[in-house]
Amino acid sequence: MGQDYFSKFNKVFENRIRLGVMSILMVNENVEFTRLKELLDVTDGNLASHLSALEKEGYVAVIKQFVNKKPNTSYAVTSSGKKAFNEHLNVLENLLKGRLKK
Amino acid sequence: MPKSLDSYPKIIFTLWYKVVPDMTEQEDQLKALTEMRDLMNKSSRFISMSGLSGVAAGVVGLVGVVITYLFLGEFFFRLPFSFEAIVYGDTIISVTRLDEAFMMKFSFIRDLLVIATGTLGLALISAWYFTRRKSKKLGLPMWDATAKRMIINLMIPLVTGGGFALVLLAHGIIGLVPAITLAFYGTALINASKYTLNDIRYLGVIQIILSFIAAIFYEYSLVIWSIGFGVMHIVYGIVLYVKYEKNGNDEKQKV
Repeated sequence: MGQDYFSKFNKVFENRIRLGVMSILMVNENVEFTRLKELLDVTDGNLASHLSALEKEGYVAVIKQFVNKKPNTSYAVTSSGKKAFNEHLNVLENLLKGRLKK
Repeated sequence: MPKSLDSYPKIIFTLWYKVVPDMTEQEDQLKALTEMRDLMNKSSRFISMSGLSGVAAGVVGLVGVVITYLFLGEFFFRLPFSFEAIVYGDTIISVTRLDEAFMMKFSFIRDLLVIATGTLGLALISAWYFTRRKSKKLGLPMWDATAKRMIINLMIPLVTGGGFALVLLAHGIIGLVPAITLAFYGTALINASKYTLNDIRYLGVIQIILSFIAAIFYEYSLVIWSIGFGVMHIVYGIVLYVKYEKNGNDEKQKV
């Protein structure tokens, strides 16, 4: 039974940094790159690669703009990202509940 | 965004508080959940607010009321009649007396503003001190996006109320000043509660209820003000402190 749930796990979220990014974006309108880095305590390159992976999946949207004439990059979760993340959480919930009953 | 704030983290909290406590395995999943919950909290809410800030602000508020009562109490009990009302009454009064009344009103407002500014300043300094202490303990920056967002949402109703209180003072309608400050402060707390510890929402509701009582029974408004700003701050500060900070409860903070 547990195996069943595992097969439904979204592979894109099988990483703590990606899960962290999604968690932060779910509760914030948009978040700057530097703030994500600060909150997750990771290097620029590491964060950038995970963000581009999430972007490729269409879960995260990039917002590039100029703030005081300086380029500023922030990120927001897309509706499909919200859906995917919620499904992932539901699977996780069912998994944990299933284990609990045993 | 408020929608996402309210609905999504709930799944995480349900998982963490209802399901997880009985678990003994799946260490990795648990760790991931803890991290996600902390990140949602840390990124969207200002959680460094200390209960001791409330206690200190409450004590300062009570001292402010005592000073006001001692020095300006007799004026407060004549309220809400403005000094103009006294001089513009049925009797014809001389120009000199109008001047006297004006000077009396002027010095009263000046003294009240001095006491109020002093009280506010001391309360803010003590709140800042305890909050900085807690943010250091939590290892979070004190001034970040969450702090900014909370302060902005707190300040909008607060500054509006402060402005109205000043206008009422200028018109000599002093009896309603405690009520209006309580009403706007309550609204400010409810507005800011979405961006910090949710508990302050109920403190806001209490202040609004007290504001109506203070407006209706204005002769007791100073006493009711001291219950709202003084006693309730102290009670709430202690509750928050015991709930989140005592015995290193900081880590268990939830919204």
